[in-house]
Amino acid sequence: MSLRIVVCVKYVPDATGDRHFAEDLTVDRDDVDGLLSELDEYAVEQALQIADEADDAEITVLTVGPEDAKDALRKALSMGADKAVHVEDDDLHGTDALGTSLVLAKAIEKTGYDLVVCGMASTDGTMGVLPAMLAERLGVPQVSLLSEVSVEDGTVKGRRDGDTATEQLEASLPAVVSVTDQSGEARYPSFKGIMAAKKKPVESWDLEDLEIESDEVGLEGAWTAVDGATERPARTAGTIVKDEGEGGKQLAEFLAGQKFI
Amino acid sequence: MAEVLVYVDHVDGAVRKPTLELLTLARRIGEPVAVSLGSGAENTASTLAEHGAVRVLTADAPEFADYLVVPKVDAVQAAYEAVSPSAVLFPSSAEGKEIAARLAVRIGSGIITDAVDLEAGVEGPVATQSVFAAAFTTKSRVSKGTPVITVKPNSAAVEAAPAAGAVEPLTVSFSDKATGTKVVSRTPRESTGRPELTEAAIVVSGGRGVGGAENFPVVEALADSLGAAVGASRAAVDAGWYPHTNQVGQTGKTVSPQLYVAAGISGAIQHRAGMQTSKTIVAVNKDAEAPIFDLVDYGVVGDLFEVVPQLTEEVKSRKG
Repeated sequence: MSLRIVVCVKYVPDATGDRHFAEDLTVDRDDVDGLLSELDEYAVEQALQIADEADDAEITVLTVGPEDAKDALRKALSMGADKAVHVEDDDLHGTDALGTSLVLAKAIEKTGYDLVVCGMASTDGTMGVLPAMLAERLGVPQVSLLSEVSVEDGTVKGRRDGDTATEQLEASLPAVVSVTDQSGEARYPSFKGIMAAKKKPVESWDLEDLEIESDEVGLEGAWTAVDGATERPARTAGTIVKDEGEGGKQLAEFLAGQKFI
Repeated sequence: MAEVLVYVDHVDGAVRKPTLELLTLARRIGEPVAVSLGSGAENTASTLAEHGAVRVLTADAPEFADYLVVPKVDAVQAAYEAVSPSAVLFPSSAEGKEIAARLAVRIGSGIITDAVDLEAGVEGPVATQSVFAAAFTTKSRVSKGTPVITVKPNSAAVEAAPAAGAVEPLTVSFSDKATGTKVVSRTPRESTGRPELTEAAIVVSGGRGVGGAENFPVVEALADSLGAAVGASRAAVDAGWYPHTNQVGQTGKTVSPQLYVAAGISGAIQHRAGMQTSKTIVAVNKDAEAPIFDLVDYGVVGDLFEVVPQLTEEVKSRKG
């Protein structure tokens, strides 16, 4: 039987751009170019490698986001995913992590799955809580923050490098996994891949398709509220010296003045 | 006064510093009740009491070590139901965030992660977060349910505040999902003898300019002279020169020490995201145009292999 893999990806504002907030204190998506979150590329890559090892596998890449979020799906398709699902609804604007996990879980169930693959966190919100929330909502094992992952005979195995220990983990499918940026460099889409992606199916679903009430999501339905956002004041310019042979001593002098030595 | 549940991060009964910082924050919004799980849980009680825990709920079972995260979620949920707290606080460790995330789904409460400060507010606790690579500071609160908040290390001072800290056994019945993910083996990380990166008062980091794993002892020597933790930029980690557990930046650790020393680090956004809330920043870099110099309080443009060893010697001689 075919191994059904769903990869959850996020369309985020480019971290190298000048990111800021809109008037309603949601992330401003208009003034900064968007792209597939870099950390989700690792998830797509591991899904592709798992699919390669399987006799028969199908990868669906899934995102929740505005119209432009299709760009993230196209990138994943051009890397080699088979099809895509885009959940888009005006009522989703301002949805927080808890709401997003609800939408993703419903979409994953509607798609059908054996394995859900996520990145370790998004590069904009950086919460890193979605994989755990999805496992909780779907009622399946969570095998998270893996730097190595493999699937064999209905079992997913992986290595989790924690702060205090390295753990080898194991769970039966269906399961939710998340992979870190240590799991292996993501491939670049080939020209052939980019051309092929244009013909791959992208389904669009809205909240009604997922049987979610609009008051369960969006800014009004959010479980959290942002009351204020202030730009961090620029650091005051420091002293820069050129090393003329005494640079280390000068630095020591500064540190001593600050009572660090 | 309402009780606030605090999840205890400990290693065999030794409480890690971020948990003590959590107790400081918890006391601002209520009376801290600690939840301590796993091997050595009861041994955490005296330290927790010294820092303000009015009660310490403990539970130990093989499931906590043998299966990933979910047994602990079951236990924290049991504590939540027993205590009916006004908020639940976790350290922003990988595990802390995962338990918090699942608890939030279970009890239908909003979650805020990676708070760097917490204070009481009219509509519940107000969390300060540092976002977009620390370019912005936001104030947020949970608007539905019991606030579940994870807090970054170094967000508050550790304060002595003696309280009763009465140990109470917590009764936990594990859900059928608790044994879903088996921990087949666990290899403790070898101690370097240096301070924990996220907890250290001083961090010395090396980047691309270090040029190779064989040169990292130059960075380590400076760190040791200052009693500092050692960090590395993503470029150095990706090149295999230093372990990923030491990576400072967006996909590694976020540090906010009193002093951050960047050696041979250009200061790309990826790195800045992990260190720019440091109190004092100094850098040594060959390239006068490197963006790191926009952040520094003091910078030396020069060869790190000249400047850093000279600094190390100077620190040693001044410290006597």
